[in-house]
Amino acid sequence: MILRSRHLLGLEDITAGEISLILDTAESFREILDRPIKKVPTLRGITVLNLFYEPSTRTRISFELAEKRLSADTISFSTSVSSVKKGESLKDTVRNIEAMKIDMVVVRHSSPGVPYFLTNCVESNIINAGDGAHEHPTQALLDMFTIRRKYGKLDGLRVVLVGDVKHSRVVRSNIWGLKTMGASVAVCGPSTLLPYEVERFGVDVYTDLDEAIDGADVVNIMRIQLERQQAGLFPSQREYTNLFGMTKERLKRLKRNYTIMHPGPMNRGVEITPEVADSKSSVILDQVTNGQAIRMAVLYLLSGKKEKEKEEDDE
Amino acid sequence: MSKADYDLIISGGRVIDPALGFGKEADVFVKDGKIAQVSTETDKTEKYAAKMPPECVIDASGSLVVPGLIDMHVHLREPGREDKETIITGCQAAAAGGFTTVCCMPNTDPVIDNQETVKFVLSRAEEADANVFVIGAVTKMSKGEELAEIGDLVKAGAVAISDDGHFVQNPDIMRRALEYARMFGIPVISHAEDKYLSAGAIMNESFQSTRLGLKGSPSVAEVIAVVRDIKLAEFTGSRVHIAHVSTAGAVKAIRDAKAEGIHVTAEATPHHFTLTDEEIGKEFNTNLRVNPPLRTKRDVEEVIRGLVDGTIDCIASDHAPHAEEEKDVEFDQAPPGLIGLETTLGLVKTQLIDKGYLNWADAIRKMTYNPARILKLPGGTLEIGSTADITVIDPEKRWTVSETKFRSKSKNSPFIGWKLKGKVDCTILAGRVVYQNK
Ligand SMILES: [Zn+2]
Repeated sequence: MILRSRHLLGLEDITAGEISLILDTAESFREILDRPIKKVPTLRGITVLNLFYEPSTRTRISFELAEKRLSADTISFSTSVSSVKKGESLKDTVRNIEAMKIDMVVVRHSSPGVPYFLTNCVESNIINAGDGAHEHPTQALLDMFTIRRKYGKLDGLRVVLVGDVKHSRVVRSNIWGLKTMGASVAVCGPSTLLPYEVERFGVDVYTDLDEAIDGADVVNIMRIQLERQQAGLFPSQREYTNLFGMTKERLKRLKRNYTIMHPGPMNRGVEITPEVADSKSSVILDQVTNGQAIRMAVLYLLSGKKEKEKEEDDE
Repeated sequence: MSKADYDLIISGGRVIDPALGFGKEADVFVKDGKIAQVSTETDKTEKYAAKMPPECVIDASGSLVVPGLIDMHVHLREPGREDKETIITGCQAAAAGGFTTVCCMPNTDPVIDNQETVKFVLSRAEEADANVFVIGAVTKMSKGEELAEIGDLVKAGAVAISDDGHFVQNPDIMRRALEYARMFGIPVISHAEDKYLSAGAIMNESFQSTRLGLKGSPSVAEVIAVVRDIKLAEFTGSRVHIAHVSTAGAVKAIRDAKAEGIHVTAEATPHHFTLTDEEIGKEFNTNLRVNPPLRTKRDVEEVIRGLVDGTIDCIASDHAPHAEEEKDVEFDQAPPGLIGLETTLGLVKTQLIDKGYLNWADAIRKMTYNPARILKLPGGTLEIGSTADITVIDPEKRWTVSETKFRSKSKNSPFIGWKLKGKVDCTILAGRVVYQNK
């Protein structure tokens, strides 16, 4: 089993076999993270560019650490779209940096489709670290990895994704991945934050949190951004918390061995109470650790794949 | 008689002139830049042809001979963005697409909201390979705030007014524009898009925008705007023309309004009767970013139905050239618009005629007589005495849209690589051959 593509652009077109391969590979890297010396020579001589056009501390640090633990050479370029707008085009920027002999590019950008766009600009392997509200494949992979580690499987589990479904790339990638792996997926949020025809993803759709989580195994809670309230998508933070905040009382509705997840950063007291966030069933910190293993696995699996190899595969 | 009786003969073609209800094999004779004769007595043509130099006799056997096509919605970018298109290159593209007349939208820099700019465009067009008519702005700078000097614009030659690219969001301003335009007998062309509903939108709002995470403009943004302008046209008794209809709801609103006798007309573009928003996610091709956005399959079907039942009067390209560097960017950073002058005819044949929706006479009517009638333009007919603007079409010619063959200065077409049927053989402007397919 190998990955078909030399890039990781999203989970929409990835097979169950490929996801299993990534999760299995991550298991062995996860084990390395528990060793006193957490570094392996796997990517020695490979240069990875972390291209972050959106402010992100967590994902960038997670990728950088994963790269370093694989002994890759790394370079990070962080900027904001607004500051770049007047200057050089994205294509020119990436081409210029690639001319310094880069092998892989990890990209975060506010425009959906940018990772795909880059595959036409440069020869490097492209890893999507989040493109607008489109996809965030490594986040969904680490979420699935975390779930699989606890339950030993993904198929047959009931997973509820709660919050700003409309603007969330994490939700989209989770839907594609979880459904491919046979989980049953529900989304829940205020109707103004559920995108048009969201049911066509093949998910159950709820606007009542208590109904949504009834009998669920996993609840993955998305961060709600204050700017959505300013844009008039819900009337107040207070009302949001009353309707969609995950509280201790609500946990009773879940299955006995339930799991609480959050991709971070959390707004404690808004979408999740501190009690729930810090409870025994919360795997929020495990998600962060597992993110390392997943990113190491993805970097490793893609690193050997060059254009030439792809052509041979096609024959 | 030493001099030839005619300057040009187009012989052996099937002549279609919807304005005259004419559709049979005939020879067209041109003299002094005018249509001198359309004759079905084709056996007599030879004696005239014999006296003429061979290049003045066009063999159109197997081809269609139609009035020069009219595109009532193009962006020529001059003045202001001559790097994208000029009046000269835009008209070369028009000629290559079979159009002898184009109407240019006023969203240039400066905006065509004053006499001087109208005169500038018309003077530049004197040397061009197509007739150019100017659509003036509704409001100063197309800002939607104060009426432009519409009387002045008309005096300088404007045939309609539009703030195309923008909806005249304030209904009171639109009401005044309609009332005022009526004094001059010109329609107001509406780019129907409620700005509040479409703010920040990159594509159509549908499952595709949901899937891709791109901000969508809901179809109701168009429907509301169309309904409002229809109601204002009804109330004022003025004429409104709806540009680039893209939604099922707008088609229905226009159909109902026409049934009630309201003075509304409409156009549709080839991309809106051909492409859906499902194309966007395949490669994030920025040439698919256009406004109004590509809609759903159902919208495309209803736009076609509107063309079939006459709800939609015209086919117009909304030719919108953009520079390569502007389109070679992130999808949501690319300016909306695509070029269409050179692919319209092929798409009409391939998507509408070959699929059995329209016959040639209906299609030609929507690209000649109907726009001419709406804008009161000369032409759009082969009537004897009218200017000899003629398009000769090879209806069965198969060709592939190629980036290198565009006459337009810009190449932003989503149809590059498409195999189409139906191509211009020859375009004649006032008796002069301005394009010939080799
Ligand atoms: Zn427009």
